[in-house]
Amino acid sequence: MSQPLINWFKFASPASFYPLAGKLWPWFAALATAFAAAGLWISFFVAPTDFQQGEGYRIIFIHVPASWMSMFIYCVMAFWSAIGIGFNTRLSGMMSSALAPTGALFAFLSLWTGALWGKPMWGAWWVWDARLTSELILLFLYLGYIALTAAIDDPRRADKAGAIVSLVGVINVPIIYFSVKWWNTLHQGASVSMTKAPTMAATMLWGMLLMALAFWMYSIAVALYRVRAIILERERHATWVAELPEMQR
Amino acid sequence: MNAFVAILRRDLLLAMRRKSEMLTALFFFMIVVSLFPLGIGPETALLRRIAPGVLWVAALLAAMLSLNRLFAADHQDGTLEQMTLSPTPLSLLVGGKVLAHWLTAGLPLVLLAPVLGLQFDLSSRALGILMLSLLLGTPLLSLIGAIGAALTLGVRGGGVLLSLLVLPLYIPALIFGAGAVEADMAGLGAGGHLSLLGALLALGVFFAPWAATAALRIALE
Repeated sequence: MSQPLINWFKFASPASFYPLAGKLWPWFAALATAFAAAGLWISFFVAPTDFQQGEGYRIIFIHVPASWMSMFIYCVMAFWSAIGIGFNTRLSGMMSSALAPTGALFAFLSLWTGALWGKPMWGAWWVWDARLTSELILLFLYLGYIALTAAIDDPRRADKAGAIVSLVGVINVPIIYFSVKWWNTLHQGASVSMTKAPTMAATMLWGMLLMALAFWMYSIAVALYRVRAIILERERHATWVAELPEMQR
Repeated sequence: MNAFVAILRRDLLLAMRRKSEMLTALFFFMIVVSLFPLGIGPETALLRRIAPGVLWVAALLAAMLSLNRLFAADHQDGTLEQMTLSPTPLSLLVGGKVLAHWLTAGLPLVLLAPVLGLQFDLSSRALGILMLSLLLGTPLLSLIGAIGAALTLGVRGGGVLLSLLVLPLYIPALIFGAGAVEADMAGLGAGGHLSLLGALLALGVFFAPWAATAALRIALE
């Protein structure tokens, strides 16, 4: 068997992942800042004013990337949970719990900015649109995960229970999405369609993509930073933690 | 299979010995349903429109209320640990317990729902569809609830946590269950909704005992 260039399993150990995360997170933070600066510049100064929606449409530069990230982070959480259950690694559970607050934050941001956008555009803070409803349920799923892992004292048990919750949740997300979608079409309540949006100008798309990249890098940076804190908290009795330079003071 | 029947009989017998627990959830269902006309007003047309949703939401809450007792007593007296040691697969035993939970908590709701539906002036056809949708939906509630009950076993504030975990997962059942009755009342036919509910039930029967077993093993570690 040929040796791989990098032995990935080495970094499954918190002791070797801790310094790696410490080296990586400033880079991701810098990338996030750079992308955010470029994205915000495009979204505020370059992207033209929409002839239908005026200046108010600019909130989509935050709203759409936040929604994408909230869904993506849940999938990543489920991925780490599956790894954690499959390989019984400690780090995977820590990664999941490090990601959860960021995911919940983005789900909340997406709902909040959506409400701010909906008021001038649709004339209502909230409509029972399929996307809004399923985003709200996604937020509930995040809160359920966080509440469960916070309620269990033993961190290993909390991680495993959280892994099951996020896996059950990720199976349910598409089911919930489609059920809400069909429910919405049955009721024909507020007939707002976001799918029939006019074709976007290329600059708007660029602004949105840059902001999505910025949010993505931010999520990685924050998750790595948080996972470092979680590692320190849980491994505080280990010798390698005591030998860390930042612990010598 | 013997163990499955044995655990089903045992749980049913235990439920019969503690009738009050079972009846409390049932009365809760009745009271919640009866509160809605008092809060909204006795206008028949409006009540008929909201009836499927109200009955389904109340059934959801009542089914959730009784979830706590699914594993808690067995966990406290150590029976659950003995079950994990038994040669029979634990998921089969969990399946038996879930079936017993449905027979004592779900089936009474199905049987009671048409009586309460009369309060809302539902037609006999709508009552039939309501019963059918509850018949397909309440086992799903017990199955999904078993996962939540296993996860919150012995956890601080387990009861409230259970609702936070389980209620979002109940949403598809609520939508298709209440939707079936509404679609039928609107003349669209309830077949599609009921089929989807049946599909979800099949999925639940397949996956939920397995997930609940995994959760139980974590709780017992």
